[in-house]
Amino acid sequence: MTDTLQASTGESTESPPPTPRQRSAARMADAAAGPLRWLVLKIALLAIVDAVAVYAVFVLFLHSEWLVLAGVVAVTILVNWIYFSRRHIPAKYLTPGIILLVVFQIFTLVYTGYIGFTNYGTGHNGSKDQAIASLMRSSLVRVEDSPTYDVAVVERFGELGLLVTDPTDGEASLGTNTQPLQPIDATMEDGKAVAVDDWTTLAFSDVLARSSDVEQLAVPASDDPNDGAIRTQDGQKGYLYTSTLVYDEAAGTMTDTATGVVYTDDGEGAFTSPEGEQLLPGWQVFVGFDNFVRAVTDASIRGPLLAVTAWTFVFAAISVASTFFLGLLLALVFQHKRMRFKNGYRILLILPYAFPAFLSALIWAGMMNESFGFINQVLLGGASVPWLTDPWLAKASVLIVNLWLGFPYMFLVCMGALQGIPEEVNEAAVVDGANPWQIFRRIKLPLLLVTVTPLLIASFAFNFNNFNLIYMLTGGGPRFTDVSLPVGHTDILISMVYKVAFTGQNRDYGLASAFTILIFIVVAAISIISFRKTKALEELN
Amino acid sequence: MKVNKKGWLAFGGLAVASLVLAGCAGGGTAGETPAAESTTELTVWVDSERVDALKGAAEAYTEKTGVKVDLVGKDNNTIKDDFIQQVPTGRGPDVVMGAHDWLGELSTNGVVAPIELGDSAEGYLPVALQASTYEGTVYMLPYAVENIAVLRNADIIPEPVASFDDMIAQGKEAGLETPFVVEQGAEGNPYHLYPFQTAFGAPVFGTAADGSYDPTDLQLGSEGGFEFAEWLGAQGAAGNFNTDIDGQIAKDKFLAGEAAFWLTGPWNVGAAVDSGINVAIDTVPSPTDAPASPFAGVKGFFVSSESEDKVAANDFLVNYIGTEDVQLDLFEAGNVLPALTAAADTAAADPIVAGFQAVGAEAVPMPAIPAMGAVWQYWGVAEAAIINGDDPTTTWQKLVDDVTAAIQ
Repeated sequence: MTDTLQASTGESTESPPPTPRQRSAARMADAAAGPLRWLVLKIALLAIVDAVAVYAVFVLFLHSEWLVLAGVVAVTILVNWIYFSRRHIPAKYLTPGIILLVVFQIFTLVYTGYIGFTNYGTGHNGSKDQAIASLMRSSLVRVEDSPTYDVAVVERFGELGLLVTDPTDGEASLGTNTQPLQPIDATMEDGKAVAVDDWTTLAFSDVLARSSDVEQLAVPASDDPNDGAIRTQDGQKGYLYTSTLVYDEAAGTMTDTATGVVYTDDGEGAFTSPEGEQLLPGWQVFVGFDNFVRAVTDASIRGPLLAVTAWTFVFAAISVASTFFLGLLLALVFQHKRMRFKNGYRILLILPYAFPAFLSALIWAGMMNESFGFINQVLLGGASVPWLTDPWLAKASVLIVNLWLGFPYMFLVCMGALQGIPEEVNEAAVVDGANPWQIFRRIKLPLLLVTVTPLLIASFAFNFNNFNLIYMLTGGGPRFTDVSLPVGHTDILISMVYKVAFTGQNRDYGLASAFTILIFIVVAAISIISFRKTKALEELN
Repeated sequence: MKVNKKGWLAFGGLAVASLVLAGCAGGGTAGETPAAESTTELTVWVDSERVDALKGAAEAYTEKTGVKVDLVGKDNNTIKDDFIQQVPTGRGPDVVMGAHDWLGELSTNGVVAPIELGDSAEGYLPVALQASTYEGTVYMLPYAVENIAVLRNADIIPEPVASFDDMIAQGKEAGLETPFVVEQGAEGNPYHLYPFQTAFGAPVFGTAADGSYDPTDLQLGSEGGFEFAEWLGAQGAAGNFNTDIDGQIAKDKFLAGEAAFWLTGPWNVGAAVDSGINVAIDTVPSPTDAPASPFAGVKGFFVSSESEDKVAANDFLVNYIGTEDVQLDLFEAGNVLPALTAAADTAAADPIVAGFQAVGAEAVPMPAIPAMGAVWQYWGVAEAAIINGDDPTTTWQKLVDDVTAAIQ
């Protein structure tokens, strides 16, 4: 705060050096502001920030998240430096905002962009190592009709072994990962071998502590690998497994031992056979522009994408136009001097704006139900108009509901803007002999548009991504019956993205991110062009 | 200069403060890390409504083995997606509660580890065991079997009905305009229509020798499928099925006594009983001579493939959750039929549970194979179109063609 005061006294923090007069002014200002109190407050706030940062660093350290850790440390040092320095006054104001901007906006944008260039989705979810481990695990097959062996996990010089009791003859045998099972004399307890000389039997808690080693433990039943290996999942019972897949680390291939098919890493994030059959799970890889290319070339995606894009533009444009003109009409009516009970009407008109939009959409969906809805049953006397299930009527319904939801906002905006137009303009026009329509068309509307156009553009962008309405009212339905994506006649781009990424059994986050990027580009382009045009309007004033 | 000095002083103080803080934090974690006794801790994600049901079992297990079980309640709608996304980052739980039809997706994403039930496998209901198995490997420890059945308002229709037509006829005689309600909606609801489809001898997929579903054998397009489509169209025209009836409207009609039969699951029984309706549970009245088999949904627990405590996780599930006492505890909390046969028989003392158990004996596990995703995508829409008057044969043929194309 002391710095602010200095800034306002005009003292420059850089050269030239402050004059004695300025210094004394600063001292006086410091004294007036109670510099010590502010300093203590500043230290306390920064202490809190640093304490949180130190805590975060420890948590991140324990999780080995080095990159994020480095980021936190760097930001913390930067923040301390900025606020303890007597300079950098603009930075002191901008820093919190910039940090929030980076965390909540830039990171999301960059991450979405990154996903758009990967094959992230169902079946391509993790790293290659995880995929290999998972494939190996699931390729284990219990040898048919093999018995359940009682096992004990034993240890010698850090090496784990399994002490196995054969259920058929009660014989004990011992083996390790490298040493196949061999009969051994063991201490028996309740018909189960529990201990053996030279080896330490692990207690259950020790087995738990070495969980991953126990998981890796596969004791060959004999010298012949085809006989399988004994494994245990809980350290108490063992089963004989054989594996149907063999991973060749040097060649990077998976071989199916049953069929002899060799699956190779084709660079597309999965082991693939020569016939093109993929072993899933695969892993995440960078696929470049594949998702974008697919979006525009794959016929089953391109078709719905084009239809949905066209409808999105129509929907957004009509929504903005209809709400604006209804709002404007009502605002003009209410501007009339002879109108009575204005406030009462206004409250009524603003009501739709006061309800949460998603709730209103749900209620409208109920009212538009073909057999049981209020509109058909009560207003239309039992007619069965398929409001939400006929492609064209569903589109009309969406527009009608959006008009109902959106006009109060435009009404408010237009009322404000109309009041901003000076009455003299009107009077001058009347004197010049213009009729009311001419006054509106030639004078009021252009003046109004100067104020309202930026809001119309924002409203367009909002409706372009009006997910709530579509999701709650029609769910995008009625569905296109002839495409592979589960999209429908009233889906807009954002709800289509949602369906691609988050519904059904085959998610495709990569493709959805690619769509998102395309939407972003479209909205950004429209906004930029429109705002440029708006500048021309401003010259009217 | 004066202020600058203060600044440095402050910075020094802060440095000391942060060192002290760091010391505290370090001390705290240092105290936790030494692996003295069993420091193993299992994180279990549970549908938030069932946290309390598992609490007793978790505490008892901790007492027995020293393994701490940390139950985390999660929203049922997001638990699967969160699990799939978090396991590869290493931040997911050790065990997650879920439904068997997630299996294809979980397995395709490589986020679950196999579970060996060993000899205890024979103790489970066959449908539960079949549902827990994916491509010959068991991935889930089942704890409950859920399927739909017909809830009958015994005050209106005192005796079970013989067939679908009999049901409609008796209901009309009792003066009801819509005797039978079932949840549909604009995009159909094949899950609730499936019993009728199976009655025509048209399951979705054929089964391989080991009882698993065979994605290459699409039975949807069998002759029975077309007969079912024909029947569905006729029933739609007669008003017995209506796509405008969603779950809420079906419920309202049954609770208001405007419908005497409601095809739904155990999750809705509570509401019906609470509103004072004399509810009886019947098998689904068949439109043919064959029984109408609904889908069975099996709930259970999965072990994360990235869990670092798989031994404890397997022990907790196979040797603990799989016992009769714990299965009965879970049943009492959720009122869904236990998956362990012994526990199921005990639970069937309740007539409503016994009713669902009888229907469940005819149930077939819902396919968890990824190909099912392609079926769901087109299935409901086609059925809704037929109910609303589209030509049954051509619409059904198109469904079969679309699904076949999508699977390949």
